Order: sequence, then structure tokens, then C-alpha cells
Amino acid sequence: MSAQKTERLMNLLIMLLVQKRYVTKERIRDILYADSSDEAFEKMFERDKEELRSLGVPIEVGTTDPLFDDDQGYRISPTEFALPDISLTADEASVVALATKVWEHARLAEATSEAVRKLTAAGAELDVAALDLVQPRLSADEPSFDLFLEAAQERTPVVFDYQRGTNPVETRHLQPWGVVRSSGRWYVVGYDTDRRYDRVFRLSRVRGEVRRDGPPGSFEIPEGTDVRAVARRLTPERTVLRAVLLVRPGTCHPLRRGAISTESGATGPDGESWDRITITRATVDLASEVLSYGPDAYVVEPAELRDAVIERLDGVLA
Amino acid sequence: MSQRQPVQGAREQVARLLALVPYLHAHGHVRLDEAATAFGVTERQIVKDLRVLFMCGLPGGYPDDLIDVDIESLESPGGDRVIRVTNADYLSRPLRLTPTEATAVIVALRALRSGATSDDTREVVDRALAKLEQAAAAGAAATPLVDPGDAPDAAEVALRARLEAAVGQRRQVRLVYYVPSRDEESERVVDPRGLVVEGGAVYLDAWCHAAEAPRWFRLDRIRSAEVLDTMVTTTDAPRELAPGIFTQEAGAERVTLDIAPAAYWITEYYPVEAVRPGESGHHQVDLLVADQRWLTRLLLRLAPHARVIAPAAYADAFRSRSAVTRSLYTDAE
Repeated sequence: MSAQKTERLMNLLIMLLVQKRYVTKERIRDILYADSSDEAFEKMFERDKEELRSLGVPIEVGTTDPLFDDDQGYRISPTEFALPDISLTADEASVVALATKVWEHARLAEATSEAVRKLTAAGAELDVAALDLVQPRLSADEPSFDLFLEAAQERTPVVFDYQRGTNPVETRHLQPWGVVRSSGRWYVVGYDTDRRYDRVFRLSRVRGEVRRDGPPGSFEIPEGTDVRAVARRLTPERTVLRAVLLVRPGTCHPLRRGAISTESGATGPDGESWDRITITRATVDLASEVLSYGPDAYVVEPAELRDAVIERLDGVLA
Repeated sequence: MSQRQPVQGAREQVARLLALVPYLHAHGHVRLDEAATAFGVTERQIVKDLRVLFMCGLPGGYPDDLIDVDIESLESPGGDRVIRVTNADYLSRPLRLTPTEATAVIVALRALRSGATSDDTREVVDRALAKLEQAAAAGAAATPLVDPGDAPDAAEVALRARLEAAVGQRRQVRLVYYVPSRDEESERVVDPRGLVVEGGAVYLDAWCHAAEAPRWFRLDRIRSAEVLDTMVTTTDAPRELAPGIFTQEAGAERVTLDIAPAAYWITEYYPVEAVRPGESGHHQVDLLVADQRWLTRLLLRLAPHARVIAPAAYADAFRSRSAVTRSLYTDAE
């Protein structure tokens, strides 16, 4: 059964690939589906086309006769069918082969294996030993990941419930452009049709199921869209701050780690001997970090940071 | 492979054939066992595939129109087991990538790039990436719709690899570990059991010989890890990472906080027992606290957006610590 079907799919593919012109449905039926009833043929032919397309076979639909455009036919263009000749060298083929081990996500792991099989079919022996590489891993545990990616590929709008912090759950409508990872978390980037603006949503804040909200091909991703750039633009800017702090000896290890300079024997605010450190931090909120060390960290400058720390302490003691 | 659904069987067989023919075409002289290894299937499966291929060809129906496979050399006792396929030139190029395949492999390579530990290797990955992006651009998959994000810190990637190797080799590891609740770096020897990822952070599960108990170690708090020659002396399997595992330590006490909206993020970041909405955007949060110093540090970090409702001892500790910190600035002025 399965062998028969493979044979039919292969023959359909070859038939459409070697013909220069569009092949009519009638001819396809006569040659490959001769034993089937009308209804069975329609069903089988639809399914077979879909299966070939899902493998990446580009089946084109066109008119077989320029005078009668109701005469529909099918073909596969050999240049569209074949992988462009990119001839990987042995070391390139080796890194490509390693790509199969990166995804800890069933569907994308399988897609990567399939891609690698195609890419390495054309030659090149592997030479993995020459690479200095530790194997990274990508996982995507959020249940909505697959649907957002699929919808972006199909250009299908989606609707989902979303909850930010303490805000009530909101229903959002989105034209998804892609998914992006940042600091270990996945986000979906797209055009929010309610707010009429580009938006980024964190997948872990999606509540319940993501539903399709229209047919595939309902929108276009703006040309030249780079999902990573959009995500970066829409997430809060991290300013780099230079600060001078006094820290008690033997404390505040994480602050000391990235210090530009450390100078021991400085006079602390209590008259004792402290360490003076200069740090730069790409952080949204350095005041919070400094505050967490309590009386072991003291801000010398900048004044804004010092004031922020004092003000927040006053807020507690008020 | 044999566990796959029968429905997928034909699709998968077609996919394999469309890669097998170009593979044979490019390599010339391929033995059955070599092909089976390259495609990760049994020799029997490859023969099955070739038997189907043997039935395929141009639509004319004449013998010359069919693809020719020398089945005999594969199956007869005296055969040389070399695969010979002829009359299939139109299948000699591999099929192009689907958008999902292009995305999956490009994203995987971008992630690999961040794992490269030398410039030479990074350069190889870049070359491969450029070619793949070119191949993808030629198809419908011009823009990859997934981005793996910032490269993880190279030092942490290397640390992870070293710890994984130690787990595999069952060797002990000497860790210098930062304990935030005590603001302290301490050294200890552990028996590593495995690594798990939870909420974006990676943890080492290990038996700690200093504490004589199993412990979780967050990789970004490990200051150094030296893999020792000594073998592990405990043999427990890695633990499951269950919700709340980081707080359910002996002697943990329930603390109730009042938090303003600016501090609400802690409910997503720490395993909290309960969250109850209060007035004007405030919430009451129940937390299990094993170490009072940890909570005081957290409250200082959140200041002034969180305060302790109960027990009073925690409220007092936080207040007095805040007062001492504030006095540093008063004295100096």
C-alpha cells in the first residue's frame, strides 16, 4: 500500500518535472489514476499534490491552452524544483551536519534533519574533528510556538488571549511576522491590527490556545522585515551607565565581577576601610541592584543614581 | 524510522528517494551499507526504496522510460552490493528546502555560531550560513521567521559543555559558587548528575559533599568549575525539576507581602504560593522563604514597592536594614 503510494507520488513528480508544458488533469488521471472512480481520483490527486508540496516540491498551476483558459494543467519547473548549487566544502558540510543536534523541539529538529539530508546529498565528506565548537541547544517549550511560526509562514492572522503583569487578560489580533528569542524567552513579532502598530508579545504570557483568524495568505510581511531588528526596536533600550561605588571588603561579588577598576583601602561612609569600584552596567535598573546589597554598597556617583537609591530607601522608611 | 506512522511512510520514502538519487549521483560508487549509514536506515530499507524506484519513470510506459536499478547486484549472493541507478538524471539534483526547513537549519546554524570557540570555526559557520541564506533566498523562504536571539555568553556555553562531560564521565567537580542570599562565594566538591533548563536559566543537579545533600547550582552563579580526576561516590539519578523545588526546603516559612504593580514581576519570576488582588493595583503575595536574608535582599531590590504584612520579624528585619543603609548617606552628608 505504502509502496504503491510512493510509486504514484514519484511518478506524478517525474511526469510534471520532465514535461515542458502544463499537463492536464485528464492526462494525469489516465496515466496514474486509471483505476479510480471520479470521486476517488479527485480526493487522491488533491492529497498527493499536497504531500509533494509539503516536501517542498513546487507544483505550478497554469493554462495548457492559451486560447481556452479553463483548461487547467500542472507542471514542476526544474529550476524551481532543485536546490541551488551551493556546493558546500567539507568543513561547511560538517557544521551543517552538526545543526541537526541543535533543536530540542520535535518539529524543527525533524525539519533540520530533512534540510541537512538535502544539503549534504550533493557530495562533500564530513570533517567534524576540525571544529572548535560546543554544541548549543535551542528549546521552545511554549505551546503557542508552533502555531505562531506556522501562521507566520502561511501569513495567517491569529487571535489569542494575553496577560501582561497584573493587567486583565486581553484578546489580541495579530498578523504574525516571526518568533524571536531574547534572554532565553520566546517572543512573537507582528502587526497588531487592534492597535495598528508593530508589537512584540512574550509567548509565556499567552493564555490558552492561539486560534487562526482568517485564511492563509491574508497579509504580507513588509518587505525587508528583520524580525530580530523589530524585536530589538520594540523592547526597552538598555542604557549603559558608569558608576563609582564603595563596597565593603568581601561583599558585593557580582558587582565586583565586571568592575573596570577596584581600589582597596578607600574610606567608607562609616569611616572604615572599604573598596572603591568603578563599573559600567547595561542595565535597566542599576539602583535596584545596588539596593539589594543593603549597607554593603554605597553610591559615590553619578548623583542621579545616588538620589534614586536615597529616595527609594526613604520610601520604605516613610 | 520503523516506528513512524504508516500514513507518513510514503511521504518519507519519497523524501528519502529524492535525496538518495542525488547522493548516488554525486558519490558515484556507493555500497549498500554506506548508503544505509548515510541515511540512518537499515540496508533492507534502502533495498525496499530502490525496488519502488525501479517502478518509476517517464510516463510513456516503455521499458526504456523506467528508472533502472541493478537489484541483482544488491540481492544475489555473488553481487558486489554496489548501488547502480541509471536513467534518472532528472532527479540528480536535491530538492530545494521548504520554508520550515530553511528556517530550522539557518536558525540552528546561527545558534551554532555562538557556540564556536575559535575564530576559524566561526568563519566556517559564517561561510556555511551565507550559502544557506543564498539557497533559501532563491526559494520562497527569503526571510527566516525565527531568530535564536543573543548569543549566549561564550564562557557559560563552555562551562555547560565541561559539566556535561563531567556528568558523562562520572567525575567529581570542584565548584566555586556564589550564594546570593549570603553574598558569599564558597568552594565545594560535588558529584554532578545532570543539567536542566528552567525558566531560561540552566541548573546543575549535583550531590554536594559539603552540604551532604543534593543541591541545584545555577550556571551563571558558578564562578569556576574544575573537573577532578576522582570519580563520583554517589550514584543517584538526576532529579526531576518540579515546580516550587527551589523554595521547598526544610524550615521554610510562609511570608505575606503587599506589592505594588512595579513589583508584580516577582510573581512570574519566583514560585509564589498565592496571589490575591488588593486595592489600587496592589496584590498580596504568599511566598515560602527558607532564608530571611534572601527575602531582605529581595525587598531592598524592590524598595519601596513591596512590604511585609506578616510575620512581623521579617518586616522588622527589612526596615532596620533599610535604615542602616539610609544612614550611610546621612552620616556622609
